[in-house]
Amino acid sequence: MNAQNLQLMDTQTANLQSLQMKKQPSILQIKDLNVYAEKQHILKNISLNIPKNKITVLLGPSGCGKTTLLKSLNKLTDLYRELRVSGQIFIEEDDILKTNTNAPLIRQKMGLLSQKPFPLPVSIYKNVAYGIKLKGVKNKDLIDYNVEKKLREVGLWDEVKDRLHKSADSLSIGQQQRLCLARGLAVKPRIILADEPTSALDPVSSKIIENLFRELKKHYTIILVTHILRQAQRLADNVVFMHYGEIIEQGSPEKLFKTPKSVQLREYLVEGN
Amino acid sequence: MNERKIIEEKIFKLLTGIATYSLIAILGYIIAIIFINGFNSLSLDMITKTPSGGYYYGGEGGVLNAIVGSLYIALGATFIAIIIGVPAALFINVHLIRYKRTQNTIRYLLDALWGIPSIVYGAFGFAFMLYLGMNASLLAGIITVALLITPIIIRTFDEVLSTIPKGLHEASLAMGSTKTETAFKVLFRQGFSGFITAVLLGFGRGIGDAASVLFTAGYTDLIPKYLDEPAATLPLAIFFQLTSPIPEVRERAYAAAAILTIIILIISLSARLLSRNYSKSNIK
Ligand SMILES: Nc1ncnc2c1ncn2[C@@H]1O[C@H](COP(=O)(O)OP(=O)(O)OP(=O)(O)O)[C@@H](O)[C@H]1O
Ligand SMILES: [Mg+2]
Repeated sequence: MNAQNLQLMDTQTANLQSLQMKKQPSILQIKDLNVYAEKQHILKNISLNIPKNKITVLLGPSGCGKTTLLKSLNKLTDLYRELRVSGQIFIEEDDILKTNTNAPLIRQKMGLLSQKPFPLPVSIYKNVAYGIKLKGVKNKDLIDYNVEKKLREVGLWDEVKDRLHKSADSLSIGQQQRLCLARGLAVKPRIILADEPTSALDPVSSKIIENLFRELKKHYTIILVTHILRQAQRLADNVVFMHYGEIIEQGSPEKLFKTPKSVQLREYLVEGN
Repeated sequence: MNERKIIEEKIFKLLTGIATYSLIAILGYIIAIIFINGFNSLSLDMITKTPSGGYYYGGEGGVLNAIVGSLYIALGATFIAIIIGVPAALFINVHLIRYKRTQNTIRYLLDALWGIPSIVYGAFGFAFMLYLGMNASLLAGIITVALLITPIIIRTFDEVLSTIPKGLHEASLAMGSTKTETAFKVLFRQGFSGFITAVLLGFGRGIGDAASVLFTAGYTDLIPKYLDEPAATLPLAIFFQLTSPIPEVRERAYAAAAILTIIILIISLSARLLSRNYSKSNIK
């Protein structure tokens, strides 16, 4: 078989996969999302389906609007008066962007992991307990049980079990990031929004987070922003490439990384490697 | 580093050092003068007794009436100012976070209120008191001082809240906490040291201010039992005694000033300890 044939086959499997992708049930449907700042059109007509229990990776050069997209999903754009948001984002039939939606309730369906971890200014235990209490749990034993469970889920329990009541600030950055993940999971979200969650971490901690994500996708849908192409390759089920506020290409990682259609993606991949 | 920079560095270090240490020296000097002048009159009587009949001519007694009155007024006013000021500062930083212009206008107005001399508050309190048909009393004093220190407490606390990283604010909201939960459980917690500083500044200003209580709290040799009774205050006790022609009485003015200083030192020290304890888990 010659190289051309091989590539053809690759493309075929990729097409097949992207077809499967379309059939997958989606948990979030974004329709014609536009975000404007005073002088800038940040997101342009974004339409996107996020498949359930998969990892969708958002790729794109700095400033293309990845963080803004994540913030639109959980309505953190509300904090910025200069941002105008239009369009529709459905999560299980509810339109997130309708003005009368209950923002805290919507946000509880999504956990956010930011670039830099921001633990709450309380103890390790209380960080996780806070999330559990948000769900209305009051029983002390149940809270204790769930704090341990969530800390185990992110592989932090053994490291912190002897200092649960110490300040969360005393943890290393990698540990703080996992604590933030545990805290987010305690709220029982459906979706995890992760904005470059490993960019502040050392390779070992990054690996831990990556492995966690692989594990978590059984129960959660993950939207991951990353600049690390290898990470995207390792984790993605579905890749979305953005450029200047637009979605240029999307599909399976095999397809996008091996046979990028657009010039922008080809350039991005060349520079990234 | 070249020669010139090294010299520059040395000169600058010297200048900043002089500025800092001379400040400390001046503070020490002020406190020393007060204590030296009042030392002979600093007795247990001063803080445990109210003035006797001949007190203002050098007779028996102390300034317990003014100590208690001042504490009542400062504590009461600080309490009211906290009740109004904490929610206000949190509101500015949580609910108004989108509205930068409104935030700035409010901050500007509060700064203007902060800058108004306390005699103006005194005059306002006096007019307000007459309007309500009240007499010079503990309550009128508390209300006037509360007006004086509320802007101080709001702005000081607000200044600290506004430096809290936006990421923490977003993290709290992203978990699905309401604005109220974010305000009281996260921002208040993170800004607790600012809260303490705010309360301290307000309390210090309140207990030390003479002009605002001059017309509103009145003066009495008795310890007030009810809110509608007049109350003596330490700043006024100092004022009245310092203007006396009798040297012993003037000496007592210094003793009263020393007592006022000690009260403020004790309160600020304990508040610092408290805040240090509570800021342990702050995110840096
Ligand atoms: N509040 C805002 N007001 C004005 N412009 C904004 C605001 N937030 C974001 N932008 C602009 O929107 C664009 C997209 O920003 P965003 O943070 O979403 O990029 P990003 O893809 O996450 O980049 P990076 O990879 O560097 O994190 C940028 O040009 C940014 O300047
Ligand atoms: Mg970003």
